[in-house]
Amino acid sequence: MSPDSDAEAAVTAVENVAERIEAERERLTDLDSAIGDADHGGNMARGWQAAAEAVADLEDPDIETVVKTAGKTLLSEVGGASGPLYGGSLVFASAELTDGLTAESAVAFAETYLEKVQDRGDARVGDKTMVDALVPAVHTFKKSVETDDLPPLDALAKAVAAAERGVAFTVPIRASKGRASYLGWRSVGHQDPGATSTLYVMEELLATATAHLDREAPSADASSPTVPDAEASEE
Amino acid sequence: MKKLINDAETVVDEMLDGMVAAYPDTVRRLPGTQVLVRDDAPVDGEVAVVSGGGSGHEPTHAGYLGEGMLDGAAAGEVFTSPTADELEAMIDACDSGAGVLLVVKNYEGDVMNFETAGEMAEMEGTAVAEVVVDDDVAVEDSLYTSGRRGVCGTILVHKAAGAKAAEGASLDEVQRVAQKVVDNVGTMGMALTSCVTPEKGEPTFDLGDDEIELGIGIHGEPGVERTGTMSADEITDELTDAVFEDLELDSGQAVVTIVNGMGGTPQMELFVVNRRLQERLGERDIETWDAWVGDYMTSLDMAGCSITVCAVDDELKELLSAPAETPALTVR
Repeated sequence: MSPDSDAEAAVTAVENVAERIEAERERLTDLDSAIGDADHGGNMARGWQAAAEAVADLEDPDIETVVKTAGKTLLSEVGGASGPLYGGSLVFASAELTDGLTAESAVAFAETYLEKVQDRGDARVGDKTMVDALVPAVHTFKKSVETDDLPPLDALAKAVAAAERGVAFTVPIRASKGRASYLGWRSVGHQDPGATSTLYVMEELLATATAHLDREAPSADASSPTVPDAEASEE
Repeated sequence: MKKLINDAETVVDEMLDGMVAAYPDTVRRLPGTQVLVRDDAPVDGEVAVVSGGGSGHEPTHAGYLGEGMLDGAAAGEVFTSPTADELEAMIDACDSGAGVLLVVKNYEGDVMNFETAGEMAEMEGTAVAEVVVDDDVAVEDSLYTSGRRGVCGTILVHKAAGAKAAEGASLDEVQRVAQKVVDNVGTMGMALTSCVTPEKGEPTFDLGDDEIELGIGIHGEPGVERTGTMSADEITDELTDAVFEDLELDSGQAVVTIVNGMGGTPQMELFVVNRRLQERLGERDIETWDAWVGDYMTSLDMAGCSITVCAVDDELKELLSAPAETPALTVR
């Protein structure tokens, strides 16, 4: 698959995320109103919509530019803490995609993204934040690719399942970072909105990647190192 | 609630244009942003000192733009951090090649956006350093922060860092003196009334006619204690004792003090508070080297005040008394 088609898929992914977040807008705001300041749905929807428009306007982009542009747009549109966490981390992680999308660069991308989120938010697993979804997802992805030698798409599917368990894990625990931490024990029983939106984004990445590889598979150059493995699309 | 605004959506934008119109020789606006910079930025050969934060704290931050203080000030929406891309634009516009010091108040959104902007600027080759101001002694963690909030002591950081930069000092040196202020300053505030944000149009928190809140931050976020009304002296003693306890000042120590109005308190009352503050310092044999009284970091129309005390050595004395020429503060 050509680098351009990766970029094209990335544009589609951003559009799909924007659509999904818009559809989940109320759900995210409800979650945030329970333990935060009730703006996560609106902020994220506005940010991703602007990101979708920004990446659609790019002429002949490579995948790094698409991801970086989406990140910069989230930074300027989302604001608050979610802007730097989502947008800033995407901007920095995009540098891992300079040489295109491979299983290797995808792992590096995921790791850098996680590292930036953790640095910036100073949060660990158990603090009831997006990190609770991201850490298991990224670790699972890395292990699936590097140790278990799974095709990238299978690895991504496993990562999404891990993120889902991470989101469920945020329900019974007490928040110790972010605005929800102010509630202390009253935060128990509520699902974290940041972890939830992270899961939605990952689900859309998986869906987009699946469709992308389905489409690419017939014409894919088998000798190209960037082909993740057409088998993975489960045709 | 009656307000002198046109539209909550455009209030920050219109405020910034009004400021530029008031000080056309001192500040200019970066096109397409909510960033104001010194008219002569970037200043050749000098480290730039920049800051920023949510609007609603005027004259913080743009009021301190000018010779001897800030080079750039980014305004966010009311009580909301500026975004990282605007901060990056500010850093770019102010860097003369000597580097940029970011003065950040410890609020989660501010810290994250400044750090992101700083890292992006570094990727483009700009030397960036940062200090995080956390002078509020009232609460350890708050609605908006991990750790102590950054409040009025930030003005002293701007002053000292700006003076050091004006001497032509290196980025390391400017950061060092800024951190020295951070390490030696404490603040505690209180509210007599809530503020009213333009967007909400009604008080952001309920405070009865016979109630006050001690230890409040600059957004009306909760403090440490809600009590019945007290006299000015009693309130001053509460605030002063908390700051003294935190700073552990020795007798004979020289300090700079600020009695800061929250936006809705007359100067008359601030001077009454200052009178008592100076009495208390005298009782403890602490030497007031300089006493500032006025609205330095406000919370819209909230009535109330904060008291800031900063221990100073010879170096800080010199920097805090060095010349500055800004809309909100002039030192000659």
